[in-house]
Amino acid sequence: MHKAYTRLERITGSVVAVSAGDATYRELAQITWEGGSSLAQVVRLEGGRAFLQVFAGVRGLPTNARVRFLGRPMRVPASDALLGRVFDGAARPRDNGPEIDEEGIDIAGPSVNPAKRIIPRTMVRTGIPMIDVFNSLVESQKLPIFSVPGEPYHELLARLALQAEVDRIVLGGMGLKHDDYLYFRDTLDAAGALARTVAFIHTAADPTVECLLVPDLVLAVAERFALSGQRVLVLLSDMTNYADALKEVAITMEQIPSNRGYPGDLYSQLAARYEKAVDFDDAGSITILAVTTMPGDDVTHPVPDNTGYITEGQFYLRGGRIEPFGSLSRLKQLVNASTRDDHRPLMNTMIQLYAAYRETLEKRAMGFRMSDWDEQLVRYGEGFEVRLMDLEVDLPLERALDECWRLLADSFEPAQTGLPTALIERHWPAAA
Amino acid sequence: MANLGRIVSVSGSLITAVFDQPVVQNEVGYAIIDDLRLKAELIRVRGDYADLQVFEDTTGLYVGGQVEFTGEMLIAELGPGLLGQVVDGLQNPLFDLAAVSGYFLERGRYLEPIDRERRWAFTPRARVGDAVRAGDTLGSVPEGEFEHRVMVPFGLTGWLTVKDLIDGGEHAVEDVVATLEDERGRSHEVTMLQRWPVKLPIRAYRERLRPQEPLVTKIRIIDTLFPVARGGTSCIPGPFGAGKTVLQQLMSRHAEVDVVVVAACGERAGEVVETLREFPELTDPRTGRSLMERTVIVCNTSSMPVAAREASVYTAVTLAEYYRQMGLDVLLLADSTSRWAQALREVSGRLEEIPGEEAFPAYLESVVAAFYERGGLVALRDGTQGSVTIAGTVSPAGGNLEEPVTQSTLKVVGAFHGLSRERSDARRYPAIDPLDSWSHYPGVVPGADVAFARALLRSGNEVAQMMKVVGEEGTALDDFVRYLQAEYLDAAYLQQDAFDPVDGASGAERQALVFGELVRMLRSPQPHADKDAARRFYQHLTQATKEWNRAPWGSPEFDAARERVHSLAEVTEVHAHA
Repeated sequence: MHKAYTRLERITGSVVAVSAGDATYRELAQITWEGGSSLAQVVRLEGGRAFLQVFAGVRGLPTNARVRFLGRPMRVPASDALLGRVFDGAARPRDNGPEIDEEGIDIAGPSVNPAKRIIPRTMVRTGIPMIDVFNSLVESQKLPIFSVPGEPYHELLARLALQAEVDRIVLGGMGLKHDDYLYFRDTLDAAGALARTVAFIHTAADPTVECLLVPDLVLAVAERFALSGQRVLVLLSDMTNYADALKEVAITMEQIPSNRGYPGDLYSQLAARYEKAVDFDDAGSITILAVTTMPGDDVTHPVPDNTGYITEGQFYLRGGRIEPFGSLSRLKQLVNASTRDDHRPLMNTMIQLYAAYRETLEKRAMGFRMSDWDEQLVRYGEGFEVRLMDLEVDLPLERALDECWRLLADSFEPAQTGLPTALIERHWPAAA
Repeated sequence: MANLGRIVSVSGSLITAVFDQPVVQNEVGYAIIDDLRLKAELIRVRGDYADLQVFEDTTGLYVGGQVEFTGEMLIAELGPGLLGQVVDGLQNPLFDLAAVSGYFLERGRYLEPIDRERRWAFTPRARVGDAVRAGDTLGSVPEGEFEHRVMVPFGLTGWLTVKDLIDGGEHAVEDVVATLEDERGRSHEVTMLQRWPVKLPIRAYRERLRPQEPLVTKIRIIDTLFPVARGGTSCIPGPFGAGKTVLQQLMSRHAEVDVVVVAACGERAGEVVETLREFPELTDPRTGRSLMERTVIVCNTSSMPVAAREASVYTAVTLAEYYRQMGLDVLLLADSTSRWAQALREVSGRLEEIPGEEAFPAYLESVVAAFYERGGLVALRDGTQGSVTIAGTVSPAGGNLEEPVTQSTLKVVGAFHGLSRERSDARRYPAIDPLDSWSHYPGVVPGADVAFARALLRSGNEVAQMMKVVGEEGTALDDFVRYLQAEYLDAAYLQQDAFDPVDGASGAERQALVFGELVRMLRSPQPHADKDAARRFYQHLTQATKEWNRAPWGSPEFDAARERVHSLAEVTEVHAHA
């Protein structure tokens, strides 16, 4: 039995200190006082004192609160009983459902031995042409969705949760507006997708420290599912809130900030989470998509910048669409050779023509005369935006490729596309 | 009697322990939880308190817990069997670890990097009675295609006499192969296995030489314009997505060296996986053996413990120096030194040192300089030469090269290969910026030609900038042609298709020939009737030259493609004169 302590010696930021000689590093403690209780974790040991980060925050915390050490680090249940459930950042039910009574697994576990990883080889189909056709998502890939507030990134995440061809979805919300949380819940519920989903949601109204736990809870559960052979898609939003929570806590802990107030270990902290993405040789996989809002639409801001160095490409969500320029899936070459013979050439041609359309638009805006070719490009570009780029479009890869051919045929002569003749003969739609 | 200390504080990877017997700066200690022993390094002493950085997750450590001081600095094991290995920053063999611990890197589990059972065919190279010094060869064993030298331990000082040396035969690495007597009459038993503290350079050579001979990487823009020398140093800074890692992977494949040490320091695990899964399948064109046989991978990827990240670059450079002692040319690829600097920053922050720029420690510069200085070309005592060439990537925050890590690196390297986002966005690979990059080393083509090419690229860029303002119409034909020439040189020579088996790796001879001809063509003025004609001419020439690049060296297609480029260039001249 662990001893209890009833004298807090210091309360600063979200951290309290207690004279407890027998505490161990990262151990969890239960703090209870009249009117409240919270979990707390040892973040520093010094002399006879243990410094604890209080998950629920320290507002209203009396110095005579009772601190009981639990002799174990933070754990989370990770069985199939979690499916369909929503939890908060301290792994308590948020959906009025019952507590899950399980031993649980440690969060933030060790990293995978690189020798046990394999080169990814399986595409994750999402039904979103801008992803499937142009920047295929690959199992075990980690990709941020770079965006700015106001863009429909939650709609995109919800669509991915509904459409992606995976076995399990683990959703992590950090600093979400309560409305957004309800949106996710209702959308998944209405489509019947909750049954394969587990969600850990921290809302903006919840204590900051709980925000820090969300990615670790999500990834620990995902890792357990993956080890049991499931293909897991992890959706996180918003990693910038997570980084800001790190910043807040680091500064109250008096750590020296490195860049714009963020702690010096921001890269390592983000990497430790993103690197949980994995494809096991003889088990399942974890794929991570994480919304990262860019403060001031600035990709050189420390959060998107550090993220870009960690992830395997990025999607830019701008103007309600996944931008074809700048967006990149670094792993797509590993899978798009074996989908269909026209996939790669079509992908390149479509983007080149779309780039030409953008130039034509500039030309038109400056008042230059439009040639026939320009008119064709405009017809093509507008069609591209409506028929493929719109986030509402839901097409399996093969049908999306067919749609690409129809789009080309509606605007161009075969020879104008520069596609190989053999492909044109096979795929060019017959005149209606 | 073990030297024990007691933990008094734990904060992240930093622990403080109180001790009563003498301790050694940078010695290894073990923090003990039950039967777990977590490796740590002593990094500061204040009074009776020693600060140690733990190379593992510190969960579960407690005040009053034991620390065992070993009195020995962090070492690397050196001996036959290192080639082809994949180890972590503390030299734990990862495949062996996987066999023991499964999917995850279990903390506190340390394995010997060198197989103790395997037997090697030893051939003596010295004689009883010889006077020898540290680093001199006593014998050798075959390792892959190399004669792996068994040397007098680097830590022994002064002259020693060979008292006993075994005859040839099969021996394990821990068998005594020789007995030496030093000047004070003490005797030392020598095995094939040496232990060397990774933070100290191995200096058992006669002298350091000036690196002058180019190290051919088969990447045209490097070898021709910004060469790296054997024993030289270079750095590759660039924003994310510009292709730093791909460039290093290409160098690790194609560079004309004997041994490649890859230090994957704080980067993605996926990239290491690509190397360690693909290299065993690829053949080294120089030897016909698997590429893995000449490669050592030291990886501490971004999610592995941060403190061991610092150790990983030192472990890697120590292995490189070890093979240099055998008269071999070694290439050390460090990706990325910024992550290593960040690890320094994290530790410095925890030690509450006064921060320098962007919170990096004030000693960042001297640490970076000391690391790159471990590269170099040396003359060994037996007259042969060996080299360690270091190419380090830098990941500057926000792609801004003014930041401290890039700046401290630039001061100490001999070549700078700056990657630009603009070039990578335009898919101009390798995205090394031909205007900003530089090199102090001699390359594979005459210097005058390089100067001409660089001047052309600069002036072509000036015209391009001007054209953005005045448009094509407002540009004089001469200027426009210069712009086209620069674009042609870029597209047809500097850019390289890494996925094309021929174009992806261009040998030195080929570069000298092609570059020479290109420069000759570009030097002779080519009159064109108008801009459209000029543009068409260079479009065709680009097309033809690219095809030439894809034709195998010495094949009939090569000659045919070369002929086509020639005839294109000549026909237009005739046509224009007519």
